[in-house]
Amino acid sequence: MMGEEFVALSLPPILIGIFAAVACALPGNFLLLRRQALIGDAISHVVLPGIVGAFLVTGVVAAWPMMIGAGVAALVAVGMIEAIRRLGGIEPGAAMGVVFTTLFAAGVLLLEQSDTSSVHLDVEHALYGNLESLIWLDGLGWGSLLDLAALRGLPPELPRMAITLALVTLLTWIFWRPLKLSTFDEGFARSLGLPVGAIGLGLVIVAAIAAVAAFDAVGSIIVIAMFICPPAAARMMTNRLETQISWSVLFATVSAVLGYVLAGYGPLWLGFDNAVSAAGMIATVSGLILAGAAVFGPCRSRVGASGLAG
Amino acid sequence: MGLTLARDAGRAPDAQSPLEIRGLTVTYAEKPAVFSVDARFEPGVMTAIVGPNGAGKSTLLKAALGIVRPVSGQVSAWGAPIDRMRGRIAYVPQRASVDWDFPARVIDVVLMGQYRQLGLLRRVRTRHMEAAFDCLRRVGMDGFAERQIGQLSGGQQQRVFLARALAQGADLYLLDEPFAGVDAATEKAIISVLKELRQQGKTVVAVHHDLSTVPDYFDRVFLINTTRIAEGPVDKVFTQSNLQEAYGGRLATAQMNALG
Repeated sequence: MMGEEFVALSLPPILIGIFAAVACALPGNFLLLRRQALIGDAISHVVLPGIVGAFLVTGVVAAWPMMIGAGVAALVAVGMIEAIRRLGGIEPGAAMGVVFTTLFAAGVLLLEQSDTSSVHLDVEHALYGNLESLIWLDGLGWGSLLDLAALRGLPPELPRMAITLALVTLLTWIFWRPLKLSTFDEGFARSLGLPVGAIGLGLVIVAAIAAVAAFDAVGSIIVIAMFICPPAAARMMTNRLETQISWSVLFATVSAVLGYVLAGYGPLWLGFDNAVSAAGMIATVSGLILAGAAVFGPCRSRVGASGLAG
Repeated sequence: MGLTLARDAGRAPDAQSPLEIRGLTVTYAEKPAVFSVDARFEPGVMTAIVGPNGAGKSTLLKAALGIVRPVSGQVSAWGAPIDRMRGRIAYVPQRASVDWDFPARVIDVVLMGQYRQLGLLRRVRTRHMEAAFDCLRRVGMDGFAERQIGQLSGGQQQRVFLARALAQGADLYLLDEPFAGVDAATEKAIISVLKELRQQGKTVVAVHHDLSTVPDYFDRVFLINTTRIAEGPVDKVFTQSNLQEAYGGRLATAQMNALG
């Protein structure tokens, strides 16, 4: 599988899968430590009403309007979660659950009521994405990677995901210290004069950007899994945040590569005819890695619970 | 109270006082936790903030630092708005306010105290590490630098928090219940560090719950029960009648006797 066929058929989806997985796993580390891991789930669900809304407004199925619609929906959802949490005085998890279920259901109704049957817009697409179809017809072997004309034929999801990952990485690097500080000790961070509220909102916005960019290429399933599974597995491998981030990037990458290969070739090896969904397999692999870390990880016991009075 | 407010209303903030609070009111769910409190903390001494549970002691500190938003009131440090003076103020939150399962080592937490020097991207250099280790040494925790914070005892965690505050190199130290739930050795270590700070001319303000140690540890006392009760030197203000006023009927006779 290392020849022309690989470059044309497998390299682009694998790279897109890796970029999407890592872009979601990076903010996922902080969301996990802030007990906000569900927000990735929430954002991925509200993407559906967002893209349907964008279609209803523009009348076309195009990447940019849909991503903008999804982004607007994600921000509306974040605002609603905050409003319900503050006004209702309830825990964030419950607020997220209420908001994303309602908005997702509204998205399904909207989709049924609108005349979208003629175009390729459906719930399955939003959930599973379309990773296998992101092929590079101009990729005629490794040499094409140096051929500008051929590179122009790359699926647009690839550069879009690469830019998203670069942006997420850059922001994580620049705001590393305030993020770490305000995640560990919000009161102390405020006493230093750090804009804790803006940092938290910025983190959620970056997560939303990663989720919206990724869902279009790889679907919500991967997004939801990558926000939680690689960071959670990484947490059980180490007691240092820096190392945890590295582990989460490694786990996300392994999930994307292994998941894609297993989905494409696994069933054949087992004697079945058809490949299975790459998105589903990637998410499954990340879940298996999490299970492995939960059983064998060196830092999986909560030792910090001792001696705390309420 | 009303007289104090009226007299203070037009006055400029005291440039000598490291922390001056005027007319501070904080409410939780519409119930006042701190009501119209004035406080002027003296420089170079150790002041205990004392009052019953739920009297607004921690809230007073948090609101002064902007950690919780007050309904009204002004806070100044050395006569200037507190936001301009944050570099000179160190804060030790309650130990139970953070999740000690966070993936960090002791030294990582102490280095957080140097955020103002390090900023967003400056590299941690040898001098930063040496300063951090020095702070750990002062609280007797230099052997624990590489330890995960969750593996420490409560007293050790409290000392790490104090080391982080020392790393800030501040002139005013605000501590929220620094002796809560710590072992005797830690209590001794902490009080000796605080007295050392006072010797260097720094100001210490601590929320304190153990009435029996107030006269030993502190120079001045600030009594609060939602409103300000009294403030002044321990021998003048830390009296049975003031305490009775602050605690109402809640102060047991045994506790009163222990105070002599």
